[in-house]
Amino acid sequence: MIAPPKPDLVTVNIDGKEIAVPKGTNVIEAARLVNVDVPHYCYHPKLTIVGNCRMCLIEMGLPAVDPATKAPIIDPATGKQKINWIPRPQIGCGTNVSPGLHVKTTSPMVKEAREGVMEFLLINHPLDCPICDQAGECKLQEQSTGYGRGYSRFIEQKNVKPKRTQLGPRVTLDDERCILCSRCIRFSKEVAKDDVLGFVDRGSYSTLTCFPGKQLANNYSLNTVDICPVGALTSTDFRFKMRVWFLKQTNSIDPESSVGANTVVWSREGQIYRVTPRRNDEVNDTWMADSGRELFKAVNAPDRLATTASIDTLVAQAAALFKANSTPGAIAVVGSGRSSVEEQFLTKQLAAALNATASTHLVSRVGQGDKLLISADRNPNVRGALVTGLISALPSQKLTALAAAIDAGKIKVVVSVGEDLAAVGLTAAQLAKVSFVYLGTHVNPTSAAAQVVLPTLSVFEKNGTFINQQFRLQKFAKAVPGPSGATDDLIVLAKLVTAASARLSSAPLAAIPSDLGSLWKLLAAEVPVLGPITYANLPETGLLLDATPFVALPFVEGETLHFKPVAPAVAVTV
Amino acid sequence: MAAPAQRRIIFQHIDEPGYSNDLACYVRNGGYEVLKKSVTRPPAELIDEVKKSGLRGRGGAGFPCGVKWGLVDRKSGKPIYLIVNADESEPGTFKDRYIMHQDPHQLIEGTMISCFANNVKQAYIYIRGEMPHGARILEKAIAEARAAGFVGKNILGTTYSCDIFVHRGAGAYICGEETGLIESLEGKRANPRIKPPYFPAVLGLYQCPTIVNNVETLCHVKYIVEHGGDAYTKVGTPNNTGTRIFCVSGHVQRPGYYEFEAGKITLGQLLYEVCGGPLPGRTFKAVIPGGSSAKILRFGERFKGKRKVGAEMVDYDWGVEDVPMDFDSLGMIGTMGGSGGVIVMDDTVNMVEALANINAFYSHESCGQCTPCREGSLWMKKITTRMVHGQARNEDAALLKSVADQIPGRTICAFGEACSWPTQSFIAKFGDEFKQYPETKKTAKPAGAHELV
Amino acid sequence: MNLQPATLQSIDEVITHYPADQKRSATLPLLHLIQEDIGYLPPETCEWVATKLGLQPINVLEVITFYPMFRQKPIGRRHIKVCRTLSCALVGGYKTCEQFEKEFNTHRGDISPDGEVTIDFVECLASCGTAPVVLIDDDLHEKVDCAKAKQLSDQIKAEAKKR
Repeated sequence: MIAPPKPDLVTVNIDGKEIAVPKGTNVIEAARLVNVDVPHYCYHPKLTIVGNCRMCLIEMGLPAVDPATKAPIIDPATGKQKINWIPRPQIGCGTNVSPGLHVKTTSPMVKEAREGVMEFLLINHPLDCPICDQAGECKLQEQSTGYGRGYSRFIEQKNVKPKRTQLGPRVTLDDERCILCSRCIRFSKEVAKDDVLGFVDRGSYSTLTCFPGKQLANNYSLNTVDICPVGALTSTDFRFKMRVWFLKQTNSIDPESSVGANTVVWSREGQIYRVTPRRNDEVNDTWMADSGRELFKAVNAPDRLATTASIDTLVAQAAALFKANSTPGAIAVVGSGRSSVEEQFLTKQLAAALNATASTHLVSRVGQGDKLLISADRNPNVRGALVTGLISALPSQKLTALAAAIDAGKIKVVVSVGEDLAAVGLTAAQLAKVSFVYLGTHVNPTSAAAQVVLPTLSVFEKNGTFINQQFRLQKFAKAVPGPSGATDDLIVLAKLVTAASARLSSAPLAAIPSDLGSLWKLLAAEVPVLGPITYANLPETGLLLDATPFVALPFVEGETLHFKPVAPAVAVTV
Repeated sequence: MAAPAQRRIIFQHIDEPGYSNDLACYVRNGGYEVLKKSVTRPPAELIDEVKKSGLRGRGGAGFPCGVKWGLVDRKSGKPIYLIVNADESEPGTFKDRYIMHQDPHQLIEGTMISCFANNVKQAYIYIRGEMPHGARILEKAIAEARAAGFVGKNILGTTYSCDIFVHRGAGAYICGEETGLIESLEGKRANPRIKPPYFPAVLGLYQCPTIVNNVETLCHVKYIVEHGGDAYTKVGTPNNTGTRIFCVSGHVQRPGYYEFEAGKITLGQLLYEVCGGPLPGRTFKAVIPGGSSAKILRFGERFKGKRKVGAEMVDYDWGVEDVPMDFDSLGMIGTMGGSGGVIVMDDTVNMVEALANINAFYSHESCGQCTPCREGSLWMKKITTRMVHGQARNEDAALLKSVADQIPGRTICAFGEACSWPTQSFIAKFGDEFKQYPETKKTAKPAGAHELV
Repeated sequence: MNLQPATLQSIDEVITHYPADQKRSATLPLLHLIQEDIGYLPPETCEWVATKLGLQPINVLEVITFYPMFRQKPIGRRHIKVCRTLSCALVGGYKTCEQFEKEFNTHRGDISPDGEVTIDFVECLASCGTAPVVLIDDDLHEKVDCAKAKQLSDQIKAEAKKR
């Protein structure tokens, strides 16, 4: 018997397994919940349904009722309500669940239908898997092993279509591989709002094209590559670089804005080859911006900071600077909205140990939001700085207070966590008046002027968490090791805290941990909102924190894909 | 048995000497009287007449018109649209052309009655692009009717307003499919929509409730409202009421259009008596009875079974010549009445070549949306073309059948059936000819045979 | 786009046939009007129609290439469309087409060397009872066997000479 469903849940039977699913769920998604794979090409959970590939055909039945009385008709053989099976297969993508819906995904009718569609999809396909970048993650390839014939009955000439078309700066099209599923067209129209792709001609000669004279150049163009189920759309950058099955996947977060799109970093032997979006229905759906995919290139940039000195030597140099300037208020700390929550927590400890709490600063980065997955706040983790208490007010773009304090001769040493102070309003004269301890990844005027440079790691080389615009705590993991001569930010900060504590006459802090497990115990103790959380138990899709203490702050972000500002965003000049 | 006389209801004035397509002529012949009476009656009553009449759509599917109207979502608060499907494209069909060219006001009157009955706010006539004169004639006729108060604002002095505009297609068979037509009317490629959810009666043109009716169907509506639904059921046979217009083409002495009471004439009477039989010295070989997608019949084959006559079940044993020309009888013997296009082939025709011709049509017309139809229709075309112009293999017949079997029932619209039924039925009925084709090709063609592909 | 005033007027009129928020419906009518004016749809058509109707140019290109009656290249002075489909083929449609090709020394799809005609072999013209049929520009010609094809060709040639 089918159990009476909960309100707004519908109980369905898929291959004999019963499951209650929300109303409006289609058969493909319902089947996914009972681990039944319904193969498909054109269907995409975040795009409109067109039902054209016909791969997701399933056999479907509805409980029989007496047409006159509407009473259930009971099958005497089983004692259960009879099921009226529809004699023709139905599409799983376009069929929404209804109470008592029965679905067969393995019946002969379904198998025949899938095999038929599979054969049709392959007759005009070039079958060039050995030279195709999609191999290894190609739905056509995967499903041909399940439903393909293994040989071809097609002896006619295949259709000839354009090859190697540059659709835009980042996307290459092979029309012969295209199975006309229209996912890319729908994405461009519905999500990216850049309606430049379409089909020209008709029938089997239909050809995907970008309008002549236009380009698929929007900042989301590479999502078409992600959702192309075959090798028609490939990334011009990734093309021919590496077989995907050799690549290790590491979950990460796009650091380019406070949206915090979830990502996967694909690497091999310490080298990153590409970054793709990771589905998070609350944050970025299945999308990410093209710009976020190129950030990994900075990892191996020639201006990467590294040192041959030992980290302890460098920390000792910093300690000496601290010691030499032991007047309270002589040291300022510039933290970063690009640091992880853990790093910001240690930055706060460092400021405390240096008696610099009153002169702790954060730099804001503001740009134009694109209403999708890049917000106006280009720091990934300003909210982390608020939650950890590193700052209590929103940061500004220019550090005028710091500049004034330097002019006044109060500040002698500035510890900068990755921030180039020349870029945030400090003049050359002001820079010349103070000593710098600089933690960072790349060369800039501040690192060049710094007395002590402590090379640290990029987001791709370390573990940590960010708190995005929704106050969602999300974690990223180390995909590749850092370069030799660079040290994890947490280790550097922990050592600095220890050194700074020793400088003070008060009792030195117990050794500050730099591993995430121990650090999170401290965080949980000091930051109540993080209380129940550990780094290990944080879900891959993040955890929403209580934002109540901060709602009154005038955050700069406007609306993005899954974010609506609490109050109207304050207009900002960029 | 002698063939019955034609019963010209819809084609009453077609080819009538002196009858012209202007308003004056139409009114002289009693035109728009039915509309005048209709607008004084409750709309629901008009719908009831159509329901009672049992009228089945004349576009091809034979769906009951009253049922179609009954499905319209009248509670949505959205405007209701009516689209006249004048995209006559099924090969072998050429009836709507004559209505539009010679008696356009009959269509306009039927349309306005249907609009009034269904509280339609706007009607469009979607006419084939290849009928430019037809479009002009309709536009002129609508202008005349508008000026006379039959179309447009406050028709015939009532509070009811509804305009008609003509919308030209541009050469796509798929626009005959009602949701493809709607897409085309919305200014897009004519890709048919998935159903559910896009049933025209609920989510049609501009996502509003929409009625799509064939030209001839709407003319029948006028007749039904004039004479009453009950009277209409007396014409034709039960469940196949009214008249049917048969469009006969191909190898007969007198091809053309003929209007008979549905089910009252057999295929044999139609072809031998009405159309004068085969051309001199030839014999009939095959006939497609309902437009080129209908399954082919082979002269000489027999159909046996039981059928309902009144309340009784009686045995039937028919040759092709004996089949009554109605939706149900043709359905019983595995083909269909479709759009009424009867294509006749005599003994000069090679069935491989005829199928190659049909396959070329359907592969050209597939919209390309659904994989099975898009790829299957072209594959079948490539096979049959190769058989005729290249190498024919013994195994091609089996391959063709297998390809065709992978299409129907698996596509968004009925084009999947339309493009596969010819191949399926040609192979089923003339499999021997396909197997022999590699040998046949080496011999001379029969005298009088035409190139078909 | 260099369109005649009458065409522009018709364009503005036809747009009013559709609800104000559904101007896209006027795509096919606009393309017909432009093609009737210019003879074909020049490359700038897509942008022009898109701007006129509030669309993206790709939306228009998709439509132009879907419907075979729309052409993106000029054709001969006369457009001869011979029906290829079964009913016409059964009574000699292929021969009719070949006759026209011979008469104008051209091949289907091409403009004849004298620029006088373009011959196309098209699908069913819905006049199967009077097969083979041929559409010359807007006019349907019925029962066009080879002799009638020759006669029609002669007529076209004669008219060309007068020019």
